[in-house]
Amino acid sequence: MLNVVKCNAAYDGVPALVDVSFNIKEGEIVTLIGSNGTGKSTIARLVSGLIKASSGTIEFCGRRIEKLPAHEIVKLGLVHVPEGRHVFGKLNVKENLLLGAYTTNDEAEVRKRLDLVYKLFPILKERMYQKSWSMSGGQQQMLALGRGLMSNPKLLVLDEPSLGLMPVLCDELFAAIKKINEEGITVMLIEQRVLEALELCDRGYVIQNGRIVMEGTGSELIESDTVKKAYLGM
Amino acid sequence: MILQLLTGGVLLGCVYGLVSMGLSLIYGVMGIVNFAHGALVMLAMYVSYWLNTYVSLDPVIGTPIIALIMFGFGMILYKLVIKRVLKGPFLARMLVTFGLSIFFINMAQFLWSPDYRNIQGAISKGTFMLGSVFIELPKLVASVGSLIVAALIYWFLRKTKTGLAIQAISIDRSAASLMGINLEKLNAIAFGIGIACAGAAGSLLASYYYIFPDVGTMFGLVALVAVALGGFGSTEGALIGAILIGIIETLGGFYIGPEYKYALIFLSYVLIVIVRPKGLMGWGAD
Repeated sequence: MLNVVKCNAAYDGVPALVDVSFNIKEGEIVTLIGSNGTGKSTIARLVSGLIKASSGTIEFCGRRIEKLPAHEIVKLGLVHVPEGRHVFGKLNVKENLLLGAYTTNDEAEVRKRLDLVYKLFPILKERMYQKSWSMSGGQQQMLALGRGLMSNPKLLVLDEPSLGLMPVLCDELFAAIKKINEEGITVMLIEQRVLEALELCDRGYVIQNGRIVMEGTGSELIESDTVKKAYLGM
Repeated sequence: MILQLLTGGVLLGCVYGLVSMGLSLIYGVMGIVNFAHGALVMLAMYVSYWLNTYVSLDPVIGTPIIALIMFGFGMILYKLVIKRVLKGPFLARMLVTFGLSIFFINMAQFLWSPDYRNIQGAISKGTFMLGSVFIELPKLVASVGSLIVAALIYWFLRKTKTGLAIQAISIDRSAASLMGINLEKLNAIAFGIGIACAGAAGSLLASYYYIFPDVGTMFGLVALVAVALGGFGSTEGALIGAILIGIIETLGGFYIGPEYKYALIFLSYVLIVIVRPKGLMGWGAD
């Protein structure tokens, strides 16, 4: 479904990604793990078109997307929920969700998606008219996820959704990601909570210094020495 | 007397408010301060004048038409000039509208001479007494008209999909593009609406104000102060800031002396910004 081949990217001339290649198949949960500043978020920004690769190709559902602007990529069903949530604070919950469905003009379709989001996150229905800046971090994360779902994703790219959440909320979040996947949505999950992410995923990639250094199924990676030593503290 | 001055201040402030809303909207969405805003008010006044002269269109009745013309002009201006400097260095973004302002003012002087003109026989004219307050009808019409346009903009930004998208851009550009919002397209629309505000204000003013090439300068400056006062990026803050300025101007002009009225505006601006750097209702887009 997503096929990234030999992508390079740089910020102001400083290389951030070096020959990154990976793929995601329909229906999977694929996780990218690695410590801070290794280029995980850069990969998310690259596939969603917020930054452009200096070389390499990205193919999504059979289409080359590496040159498309971000707002066109959303329409194809590749939806990026950015790190740090980035909800529209001044707007209320419902307005945030409606913006997620910006690319569709079919009102029935919008209502259908709203129902799905409210079913997954009942709290968002309760807080429909609350300004989103006034919600807790966990609720804002649910809103960011819900807003991503409103874009009708085929592939949902989640960048550090657990960032700043307390442990009990993290469990809830990972359960929600699993439910989203069961709705038929492919998930690319970028995480620093390595163990939880690897337990949840079908496959994973390990990133160090802008390169992909390992790949495997979740259980393979949990068992590997590199991952154990570097990320699980064992 | 105080009631008379307050009324005058509020009436003036409403028109300032409309000019300021446009300025604030443009700043909020694309982060540029439109120094040409006053010059565009002036252009709209001339358009109003020529339409009145050649097709006897009354400036007040013609307001929607002039707003529409200026909307189109704003979109063209965005596509020809603004768009090109948005990605450029900070100084280019700062100075481009300043340059446009000088260009428009000098163009007006060159094409239409520096003479003062005014529109004869506008339908809104005369005065009446409301209790003890003496009201000039053209000013009342202009301020009510400004409030109507302001309310329309407010409604548009909050209740329509395009309006919501414009708000989203002013809150968080990159998140907005992740929603599938085409920033370029919406920038152009927002710029057009901002200029349409200046246009509507210009047309309403044309019914009683003298029209000359430099007429917009003070409106532009006052609007800048109003926007800073109300908080950059907040359209309703700009309206409130502008009404405050209208009141300060008339009260100060009367009690302290007309020669100090603008000094007072800028002084109160400095004081408020020292106390509240983000303005009265500022959210501060960046």
